[in-house]
Amino acid sequence: MKDIKPAILLFVIFTIICGGIYPAVVTGVAYALFPHQAMGSLLADKNGKEIGSSLIGQPFADAKYFWPRPSAASDFGYNAMGSGGSNSGPTNPDYLKTVGDRVKVLRDTGVTGKVPADLVQASASGLDPHITPESARLQIPRVAKARGLSEESLLKLVTHSIEPRQLGFLGEPRVNVLELNIKLDGAR
Amino acid sequence: MNASEYLETIIFFLVLLAVTKPMGFYMAHVYQGERTVLSFVLAPCEKVIYRISGVTPEDEMDWKRYALSMVLFNLVLFGGLFTLLMTQHLLPLNPQKVPPFTWQLALNTAVSFVTNTNWQAYAGEQAASYFTQMVGLAVHNFVSAATGMAILIALIRGFIRRKTSDLGNFWVDMTRGTLYILLPISLIAAIFLVSQGVIQNVGAYKTVPLIQSTNYDKPKLDGNGAPLKDAKGTPVTENVLVTEVTIPMGPVASQEAIKELGTNGGGFFNANSAHPYENPTPLTNFVEILLILLIPAGLTSTFGVMVGNTRQGWGMLAAMLFLLVLAFGALQWAESAGNPLVAKLGVTGVNREGKDIRFGLAGSSLFTVGTTGTSCGAINTMHDSLTPLGGMVPLSLILTGEVVFGGVGSGLYTMLAFAVIAVFVSGLMIGRTPEYLGKKVEVREMWMSILVILTAGVTVLVLSSIAMITPAAVASMANPGAHGLSEVLYAIASMANNNGSAFAGLNANVNFYNLSGFLAMTLGRYVPAVAILAMAGSLAEKKYVPPSLGTLPTDRAPFVIWLVLVIVIIGALTFFPALALGPIVEHLTMGGN
Repeated sequence: MKDIKPAILLFVIFTIICGGIYPAVVTGVAYALFPHQAMGSLLADKNGKEIGSSLIGQPFADAKYFWPRPSAASDFGYNAMGSGGSNSGPTNPDYLKTVGDRVKVLRDTGVTGKVPADLVQASASGLDPHITPESARLQIPRVAKARGLSEESLLKLVTHSIEPRQLGFLGEPRVNVLELNIKLDGAR
Repeated sequence: MNASEYLETIIFFLVLLAVTKPMGFYMAHVYQGERTVLSFVLAPCEKVIYRISGVTPEDEMDWKRYALSMVLFNLVLFGGLFTLLMTQHLLPLNPQKVPPFTWQLALNTAVSFVTNTNWQAYAGEQAASYFTQMVGLAVHNFVSAATGMAILIALIRGFIRRKTSDLGNFWVDMTRGTLYILLPISLIAAIFLVSQGVIQNVGAYKTVPLIQSTNYDKPKLDGNGAPLKDAKGTPVTENVLVTEVTIPMGPVASQEAIKELGTNGGGFFNANSAHPYENPTPLTNFVEILLILLIPAGLTSTFGVMVGNTRQGWGMLAAMLFLLVLAFGALQWAESAGNPLVAKLGVTGVNREGKDIRFGLAGSSLFTVGTTGTSCGAINTMHDSLTPLGGMVPLSLILTGEVVFGGVGSGLYTMLAFAVIAVFVSGLMIGRTPEYLGKKVEVREMWMSILVILTAGVTVLVLSSIAMITPAAVASMANPGAHGLSEVLYAIASMANNNGSAFAGLNANVNFYNLSGFLAMTLGRYVPAVAILAMAGSLAEKKYVPPSLGTLPTDRAPFVIWLVLVIVIIGALTFFPALALGPIVEHLTMGGN
């Protein structure tokens, strides 16, 4: 049983190294080199007040805003304290009814033709800040009407807001809904 | 798949292949006690650690002492974490004032992190304090990974050493793995992740106003915290207006890096690597998948170097790579076809349920097969919402025993047990005494290999059957019908094979899953680990048999193909009935393509 001593002492030593020194070094370097990212990529309004994070989506349901993807975060959509997906199985009747209801809401705003899946299927994180460019373009007539803006000016704004694939081949093109809506409010 | 998805996939595998050899050679140097590029800083630290803890590095252990040290160390780790989880409300760094874990959940969580499983029946942002995440859980991410690697190295020594009982020193192997391999790579990876947007701070959660307020129906609770119901039995709710939202903070990057690198998988947040603060960009996604596969891939090369024939290592890598690419193709095909029941509602496109946009479909699929082929279990996609055949891919990868790269160390040692069985069976066919790497495969090796391979399978089948006749276990299913069976099968398979991912609709924080999971994780980790060490001990005692005309060459393509077949056949024979009742029935009822 002479191996009891190293078992206990190595546990203590590695707790100090891996649980104390290592995260402290990462935190120190992160604060020094990338303070904005380390603190959550927060967005501030003109007065410097924090109004959200560019990485964390927010709920929008008003006609004058672009809508994000459905969110299955717990309690309410885009609750950053309750990240997660719906975990609905593909054949679950309740789930299919929910998707059908979402399609209907879009139809009521005048959407015709096929609906892009990302606008009616919930994300994994429940906080997905992005939609596809098609889903953004689809919403232009509604937002233009609600705001009394021309569709061309909105199309320009949306096109300008498309983030391309990272390094040209990673992920897919996307539009950050929160940033787009902040721009819209600023443009008014 | 479009052109950029092909490009992303091809570049990923090229990068993985490019790093395998340097990584493998470096790790071989580390475990053979040779000087490495980092020795100038780390060698003095290593000496100090040995002096304080009373370890004599030259002290060789036989397999029993090696196994005993490993088990003792894990007991101490378990005790430490269990105590911490039960007392986190009394400890510092708890700005959100989160309460302690219940004992059942603490038992499950502690064994989960100690066994490198990282099954989580709790939501990190709500249930764990910064102290728990940073000091408690992070250290297990390192040392449980280092433990798996140490066991593999002991097995490799069993193959290369002759007529001895010495297998090395567990404390030295564990220390060197952590110090020279896991810490430096995690440090660099964590800082890179922060540069892309992964958070790293110990500040209190941020509350910000919403641009457009929202509302939801909140269930009313009675005095005991149970939901109130009206005369008809429907829950009573009140409409709540939400004008601000709280954004969680924390030391995420430091944990994210080791969570992937050590194939641990325990997320800081409930959404795990789907959360934008854990995995903010397509590039972090690419790097995280690479981190998951880096050590398991590199160890195949380490194995080749240490046994003195690098082709043996490449053969193992080829078998793993073949199965991984196959799984990726199947998942990508199933998901890009979309859900036909959703398409009927007027919807177009790939199956987006449970996927974030930024990763793209290929980025989601690649992560999913990477994390379930290894025993990582981190997720960027909700596996529960995959199409039936899509969901069968991660489930099958877990059920085959985590050998498609597998966990750090544990993947390759399980693969070597499969190789021993493959050698034995083919040896019987050609009528020769089976030999592997110059050692005769005899009764003891066969027994131990069978223990390694069948423990998890038997555990899964027995516990899933018990779950099906336990009302409390069935009540946890989130989805009806065949999909519910898939959820339960996945949960128990994930725990028994130390993966840790889930069909997460299942409500796992109930006594049945907390306690049966405790049993599954313990058996799934320690029975194979000790069996491997026993096999290593037996192999090391044997003399070297030089290859003769009758020796099956195990570094050639025919053996690699045979090995893949053995894995597939054993997996299919064990689990086909269960898969037929779960995902396959669901696919057929969906009436799709």
